[in-house]
Order: sequence, then structure tokens, then C-alpha cells
Amino acid sequence: MKKAIVLGFEVPRGPDGVSIVALLQAIQDKYNYLPEKFLRRAAREMEVPLIDVYSVAKFYKSFSLVPEGRHQIVTCTGTACHVRGSEKITEEISRTLGVEVNSTSPDGEYSLKCVNCVGACASAPLVIVDGEYHGNMTPLKAGKLFAQGAKGKTAVS
Amino acid sequence: MVNMILNGLDISVEEGTTLLEAAKFYGIDIPTLCYDETLSPYGACRLCLVEVGEPGKAKLFSACTYPVREGLIVKTNTKRVIDARKMIIELYLASCPSSKKIQDLASEYGVTEVRFTPKNDECILCGLCVRVCEEQMQAKAIGFIDRGVNRYISTPFERQSEDCRLCGACMYICPVCQARCQGPREEETICNACLNISPPCLEKYDEAMCYMDPCVACELEKEPDE
Ligand code: FES
Ligand code: FES
Repeated sequence: MKKAIVLGFEVPRGPDGVSIVALLQAIQDKYNYLPEKFLRRAAREMEVPLIDVYSVAKFYKSFSLVPEGRHQIVTCTGTACHVRGSEKITEEISRTLGVEVNSTSPDGEYSLKCVNCVGACASAPLVIVDGEYHGNMTPLKAGKLFAQGAKGKTAVS
Repeated sequence: MVNMILNGLDISVEEGTTLLEAAKFYGIDIPTLCYDETLSPYGACRLCLVEVGEPGKAKLFSACTYPVREGLIVKTNTKRVIDARKMIIELYLASCPSSKKIQDLASEYGVTEVRFTPKNDECILCGLCVRVCEEQMQAKAIGFIDRGVNRYISTPFERQSEDCRLCGACMYICPVCQARCQGPREEETICNACLNISPPCLEKYDEAMCYMDPCVACELEKEPDE
């Protein structure tokens, strides 16, 4: 695979140009969000219309245009997880950590997001904390998961 | 040249055309909402549905995106096609009752009730504006944002775009920007004023007084506002 350097990030280049998704992932990983000025500069460097970059950034739930918390909490609300009570779990997490769904806590510590199916329905319902999957969740377990985290330590597994 | 059968008629059309273009060439009218001659077909509105295939095995396809092929059997006016179109029109009416074009289609197809909760959206996501901006104006100032039921059309960062030259092509081509006429039932989801086969002016003047087609029944008395 050919590579290109955009904004200092090494990203794969396909037959129809640089991969926008890969670039945005790299930016998101490094800064925890996609700053507007980076998107503008990226569009200019890649010579693609700004709207294309913006559409991609808005399309995927893993991209954010506002700063995200240091810890990413994702609850699955897909069909399997929904029928096994993911709603209660989301509520519980939201309550313990004091963070609204699809937003970031005021101290910038946690972001809570809901997504539809993360592809592990067998162990529904699922909660993903900083990329680590926790299956067969219950509101009780979810509460415990963050009991220490909320007291100042990092979120634990 | 490609030979095929359109509504029982043997026709031959140039290769590379679509069913919609072929039908148009032979004078058969197919309604469209997301098609424009000068833009690439998109197949979003599904209004141009036609039946393609052997009788009994025929399926519904969108004519604007279906390329002609040797030996195709196409029907544009079966009950199945009309029923499907009526359903689609009803759905569009529920989502966008303020559009003249959609109200006209409803009258044309005799859609007289809407069984869905009206949403009063201002966009049917036909994508015409996005395509005209990109393909004709070479600006690419607007695009689809988000996905699924949350999809909408906007500029980058929802602000005035530097790529926009304010040419107005997007509004010109929009099928729902044009507001419906303020007929006698302007408050309701469905107007159906154009369903009037006999223009009301016949009773008053013995002949139609204008060349509006379809008649919008402008002579019907409006309820005086209280
Ligand atoms: S529904 Fe949650 S993993 Fe599939
Ligand atoms: S005109 Fe064919 S789908 Fe809209």
C-alpha cells in the first residue's frame, strides 16, 4: 500500500486518493477530537472539497468535532443489547459518573456514547471502556466498574 | 441499438440509455423527483419505479438508474407500479406537505388521504442540490451530513461556505422549495385542489378563464377568516 504524508500523519493512499477515514482516525487518536482548522488544512493538502472531509467526520460516531473526555465509554444499544437491558446500564453509568448520554462530563474526564451493535452480540449487553470490551453487563456490574474510577482513579476493568 | 419491449411495444433504443430516457423518447411519462437530465442519476426518490421482467417474475426497479438491455420486458403502468407510486407519494406528502410538486403528484395520482403523521420537513433528501452544486457548478459547497434518519444537507461546519458563489442553482433545482398554492385547503396536509376535473369557472363563465394546467380551482370560495 502506498503512503502519503498529510499534516504530518502517515496515511494510506489508494487509487482514488488519500484515505480520509485513516487521516481523521489519526487526528482523533492524537487530539481526542477533530479540530476545525485541521480539517480545513487537511482538505487543502489532500485537494479534496472540504465538504467531503466534513461529511466523513460527521458520518462516523467515532469522530467528534468537540473535545472528548480522557476516557471513552461506549454502551451498545443494538438490538441484542437493547433487549437484554442496555438502556438501564446506560442510565446507571450516566448517573454514577454524572455525564449525559452522548456528551462529555464537565471535568473532561468521561465521554459517554451509545452505538448500535459492536459485533459481539453473543455477550450482550456490552460496555466498552477505553477500547476494552466488557460483556454480560448488568446495571450493578456497570456501577461497580466505575466505582473506583469516579473516585479519581482511572476507569478500571 | 438495443431491442426491447416497452408496454407491449417493440422498441429499439440506443445503447447506454436508461429505461427512463427510453420511455421519455417514446412519449411515455414516468414521474420523477430526483432526476434531472443534466445530472447523474441517483435513484433516491423511487418514484420512477417500473416493472421489469417476464410476466409473473417481474420486479420493480427505478427506471432512472436501469440501463436498457437486449430483450428486456418493461411495463410502466401496471397496477403494481401505480400502487407503489401512490404509496411513495403518500409518504412524501406526510414528510413534506408544503411542496407544490408533491401536492401536484398527489392530485395526479388520486392520492386523497395521508395515513401517516405529517412531519412537515423541508427536504426529501433527493440529492439534486448536492449534485447540481458538484456537477454543474463545480463548487461542491454542500453535501449530505450524518446518516440514517438524521441525514440532512448542509455546508461544512454548518456555516456559509467559501466554495459557495451564491449562484442559487440548488434552490432552482429543488423539487420541494416551491410552496404549494394557497388553495381552499391550505391548512391541511393534502390539498387535492387539482383533483378538480371540471374547473369551477365553467359554472360562472361557461369557459375556462386561464391556461393553468392542472386547474388549481382558484375560483373556489375561500372561507372568510374569522
Ligand atoms: S447489539 Fe450489542 S453487540 Fe450487537
Ligand atoms: S427519479 Fe428515479 S428514483 Fe428518483
